[in-house]
Amino acid sequence: MSAFDPARWRPAPLLPEGGGTAALLFVVATLCFLACLTAIGVVASDRAARGWIGQLGGEATVIVRPKRGETPDAAAARAAEALAGVAGVSEARALEPQKAYDLIRPWLGDVSDLEDLPVPRMVTVALDPKAPADAARLSQALKSQDVDASVDDHSLWIKDIRRAANLARALGAGVFLLIAGAAGAAVAFATQAGLAARRDVVEVLHLSGAEDSYVAGLFQRRFARMAALGGVAGAAIAAGIAATLRLAGGAQGLTPALPIAWSDLLVVIACPLIAALVAAVAARLTATALLRDME
Amino acid sequence: MSRKPNAAADFSVTDEVVRFDGVSMRYGDGPQVLRDLDFMLKPGSFHFITGPSGAGKTTLLRLISLAARPSQGRLEVFGQDVSRLTPKTRPALRRRIGVVFQELLLLDHLSVFDNAALPLRISGRRAPNYRNDVAELLSWVGLGGRMDSMPETLAGGEKQRLAIARAVVNRPEILLADEPTGNVDHEMALRLFRLFVELNRLGATVLIATHDQDLVARSNRPTLHLDQGRMTVRPAPGQGAGLA
Repeated sequence: MSAFDPARWRPAPLLPEGGGTAALLFVVATLCFLACLTAIGVVASDRAARGWIGQLGGEATVIVRPKRGETPDAAAARAAEALAGVAGVSEARALEPQKAYDLIRPWLGDVSDLEDLPVPRMVTVALDPKAPADAARLSQALKSQDVDASVDDHSLWIKDIRRAANLARALGAGVFLLIAGAAGAAVAFATQAGLAARRDVVEVLHLSGAEDSYVAGLFQRRFARMAALGGVAGAAIAAGIAATLRLAGGAQGLTPALPIAWSDLLVVIACPLIAALVAAVAARLTATALLRDME
Repeated sequence: MSRKPNAAADFSVTDEVVRFDGVSMRYGDGPQVLRDLDFMLKPGSFHFITGPSGAGKTTLLRLISLAARPSQGRLEVFGQDVSRLTPKTRPALRRRIGVVFQELLLLDHLSVFDNAALPLRISGRRAPNYRNDVAELLSWVGLGGRMDSMPETLAGGEKQRLAIARAVVNRPEILLADEPTGNVDHEMALRLFRLFVELNRLGATVLIATHDQDLVARSNRPTLHLDQGRMTVRPAPGQGAGLA
């Protein structure tokens, strides 16, 4: 006598486990891993770019040319004084001659009579981060005090960094779309194979009164669940690698160009959800199209 | 005693569940399997379909079960032209029809209980509302001790009984069966026949294709006899055919 208890019965999955499920799971997990690494890279590089822009945008450099009969140090001091009172400037400080020599030494090498060179004097200007003064205002202030000087507010550098950051973001989005497309295509292929392999099951479901949407829903749920599982695996591995880089290199990761923060790891949380969504849509559309031609 | 159905007279009746109007059927470019059939089935009627192998019995059942469409003529099931059914409207009609196919079409990856419960599950009912009914039905057809078995472990007769349980579990309005007692012993055949009779008594229209002449003779039911795709009707002894 069977010990089967109807009260404890739970409906079994209507679709049989098909061959190739493990292979597809591996493919999806790998794609999710790559997507997560890309996302972490984009987030980290974006933060690095914002940091550089913040640093560069927070200061300006003024090159002072002394007037006839005026010493370079006196000209620099006069420029610093003129800039100190400008709205949007937190601090203006003439750079000591030695620091100026230190700045150009890497280009000229260890020259013994460096002091004889006509090295221009510089003033470093710390700008108010809330309402920084722009180059035009600084130039105007210098002009009003009859100081001959050039103002560099680093806008060229900032522009380049912004462009590079935008490019990194666009590349990241492109890679993400490519990976999502590849995952969708893999699931669509698996759905097609699953429908072809178990045509007998689909026929019985149809003859028992199942609508196409019901059958498509079975494939949709199966592949969404599988993709979510693959997403969790891929995200976990990517997060593990990123965490290792963070631990190995401290706050800057392995390089200052790509600092990894613990918060960056949070981006992988969305991966299983997105993977499931992509798989669900791909399976649904494929199954619906194939079922329409089946009957 | 036999007669050819008279279509012109029969179609004045409006409460038919199945209506053939000049229906012919061929598969692809193959030979004609059914030829110019005109008949209809009243609700609650009970008929056998007889005829030699290849006479078109299975095709007739496939047409009524909406598994195929006529290649010619008009077929109405529950008052709806089956040629005009769409993937959205067809399933609702199929859920009102129970079918025991000759090849049984059991799902080998599902247990006996899951197979039997399939139509109820597809109709959207929740498991707690039907699992006891399924268990009771399986016990009734003699599969009470095999509910968690897989179909491949069942004997031929047990598989046939499972297919019958699946066909009747949602109390269909039309019950079609293709050789439903072919693999069961005489006692079980009578028991299953009583199940069909009981469903018929509850209002189901029953159509059974069989070679079992003994069952046909003892049942006292009208018979649709097919031969080379053409139909003749043999009324039950002492009464009308029950079909128009």
